[in-house]
Amino acid sequence: MDLDFDSGAEEFRAEVREFLRANVPATPLPSMDTRAGFEAHRAWERTMAEARLSVVAWPAEFGGRDASLLEWVLFEEEYYAAGAPGRVSQNGIFLLAPTLFEHGSPEQLGRILPRMARGDDIWAQAWSEPEAGSDLAGIRSTARRTTGGWILDGQKTWSSRAAYADWAFGLFRSDPDAERHRGLTYVMFPLTADGVTVRPIPQLDGEPGFAELFLDSVFVPDRDVIGEPHNGWQVAMATSSNERGLSLRSPGRFTATARRLLDLWRETADPADTAARNAVVDCWIGAEAYRLATWGTVTRLAEGGKLGAESSVNKVFWSDLDIGLHETALDLLGAAAERSGPWTDGYLFSLAGPIYAGTNEIQRNIVAERLLGLPR
Amino acid sequence: MRFALAPEQRDFAGSLRKICETAGTPNIVRSWSGGDHRGGRGLIRQLAGAGALGLIVDERYGGFGATPVDLVVACVEFGRAAVPGPLVETAAVIPALLQALPDPAPAQRWLPALAEGTVLGTIGPAADQPALDADTAEVVLAVDGDRLSAAHRIGPIRSVDAARRLFSTAADETVAEGDGVRAAAAAAFDAGVLAVAAQTLGAGRALLDTSVSYVKQRRQFGKPIGQYQAVKHHLANVLIGLEMAEPLLYRAALSVAGDDPDIRARDVSAAKVACADAAYRAARTALQVHGAIGYTAEFDLSLWLTKVMALRTAWGTGDFHRGRVAAALRAERGAA
Ligand SMILES: Cc1cc2nc3c(=O)[nH]c(=O)nc-3n(C[C@H](O)[C@H](O)[C@H](O)COP(=O)(O)OP(=O)(O)OC[C@H]3O[C@@H](n4cnc5c(N)ncnc54)[C@H](O)[C@@H]3O)c2cc1C
Repeated sequence: MDLDFDSGAEEFRAEVREFLRANVPATPLPSMDTRAGFEAHRAWERTMAEARLSVVAWPAEFGGRDASLLEWVLFEEEYYAAGAPGRVSQNGIFLLAPTLFEHGSPEQLGRILPRMARGDDIWAQAWSEPEAGSDLAGIRSTARRTTGGWILDGQKTWSSRAAYADWAFGLFRSDPDAERHRGLTYVMFPLTADGVTVRPIPQLDGEPGFAELFLDSVFVPDRDVIGEPHNGWQVAMATSSNERGLSLRSPGRFTATARRLLDLWRETADPADTAARNAVVDCWIGAEAYRLATWGTVTRLAEGGKLGAESSVNKVFWSDLDIGLHETALDLLGAAAERSGPWTDGYLFSLAGPIYAGTNEIQRNIVAERLLGLPR
Repeated sequence: MRFALAPEQRDFAGSLRKICETAGTPNIVRSWSGGDHRGGRGLIRQLAGAGALGLIVDERYGGFGATPVDLVVACVEFGRAAVPGPLVETAAVIPALLQALPDPAPAQRWLPALAEGTVLGTIGPAADQPALDADTAEVVLAVDGDRLSAAHRIGPIRSVDAARRLFSTAADETVAEGDGVRAAAAAAFDAGVLAVAAQTLGAGRALLDTSVSYVKQRRQFGKPIGQYQAVKHHLANVLIGLEMAEPLLYRAALSVAGDDPDIRARDVSAAKVACADAAYRAARTALQVHGAIGYTAEFDLSLWLTKVMALRTAWGTGDFHRGRVAAALRAERGAA
């Protein structure tokens, strides 16, 4: 058992660090939930793509580095430690791309991935519907067969970054007579297509971080269906454990936040205030635990294991940790916590963690039933 | 980078688990609590025969020269089975202490028999901790500042866990003196914290396993209580806590093997905090899901419940260890 990295991994880490040192914008980019901020973040994706650092874990032919999971985690650590911008392309690169690698056709990979890697197309995830949140199989939006493709109708909601994004992917009911989990088709469509209306929805911070999508006879050619028609649920499940597991929330994010929290504590707190001290220490311990647990997962996957229901353990843990980190910072800030700034923004965002990517109640059900074997 | 146990370490854990299962620890624990140590001493000798006590003892003193990771593997199993006795002291603290002294004589004198499991050792006060099981241990040591002495017991002091028989000590002959004792005692303390954190985590694992099988079989309102979401979510939280504490424990074992005393202190304290919190949650939840039967002394669950309640504050409270982590993090300023 060890935590030492070989020289190849260390060299890669050094290159990433150097790139970030030279390129991370000195003043933080405006929020990606604003038009100007969105475009600034898109430009940042291009800068990274030029250094072939936007999608390091992908195969080289699509703009990646074939980086191992271990190298990817190191990349993420450096990325967040450097205070680099949030990834506006994350739905595409961390959720859609893994699905395409598993179920997409060669034509889809070649057409979609290089544009995604450069930030030319920013993707939105269009799964939730007004009546289908936790119970995702209850979706009602439909895909109807037509010559050469499908006609989409219905409504999607809470679609992150759809206010400004280019394309969306999601599930549609294609066989109304089939059982709930059957008869769904996984479809990609441009948000600019005829019949698509996007209504931005401001989030708690007032910015339009997500949107509602109305689909009225939207035509989608066959080539934009992923996997077999009616088999969308199986295809989608590949993506969801990714979302809860490592790829959405690498530990680098929380170790970086914990480090900022430590700085805040050293600067502001009375060393005799043991309540504050203990809260800060618990945050550091939590971030460290998540980081170390990730090294365990990296080892397991490198030895041929699979990421299964334990990604639900991660999901509950990181979302609670994120809230804890931010709440602790706000407590340290005292009355100044009311003023907007990075900690308040981060706090508001952290509050969504137990809701998106499958609510924590749903994750606890999964942990209890699949990992502890409790009856359904 | 390979952050996982080796197959041999898993096998080792499995063989210790089997020994404890065959021995049937609950009866042994009950007799031990009443002062009858025969069954427990027999079990400990068997565990020593499998290599569990001399792990961090050098080969020249009859041990295995193994790593702190191996020590953790063994202590998790001690905790899982609730094996009674001064195991942390015998297997971790005294070897770490004596081997860190400049003078090899005390190590030569005591470690071979301790590694064999024929002799048990205890020490007190260590972190305000009275000496555990000084009524059966043949080697009783006491540290006071820079002086290490052989000692005799005074007492007893009742623990919340009847199987933890606590005693004050009074020093007799001096074994070693000077700054070397102070440094050795610091290293020994961290080895003890690591071992007790491992023992605590193992007890937490056992509490979760017992709870899971109970809620699958206990029925109310016509169905297994494990089907109710409130129960499921309690147990899911327990698993999440234990799963996330365990990597800190192995990290701490690596730090104990390393040569930076600040990182060692930081990491064993972090592991102690996380393991104690996770096991305590496992204990509270186990009691809750068992209902009234869990509140009885007759039912074996009580042996693990009281053990975890004792270990939560033994070898330093959560507040004490958070303070140590905080001190290390404060000192790291600008380092990262
Ligand atoms: C910031 C943010 C970004 C998002 N981005 C996207 C996106 O990009 N694309 C997208 O498709 N969706 C997105 N979502 C939506 C998200 O996936 C859903 O909010 C989530 O699945 C929960 O659905 P719901 O909001 O309808 O809540 P509901 O399903 O109505 O749940 C309400 C409450 O009931 C509880 N509950 C429901 N069922 C159960 C059960 N079986 N057992 C116990 N408790 C239960 C839930 O845990 C929750 O507490 C986003 C949400 C947020 C907050």
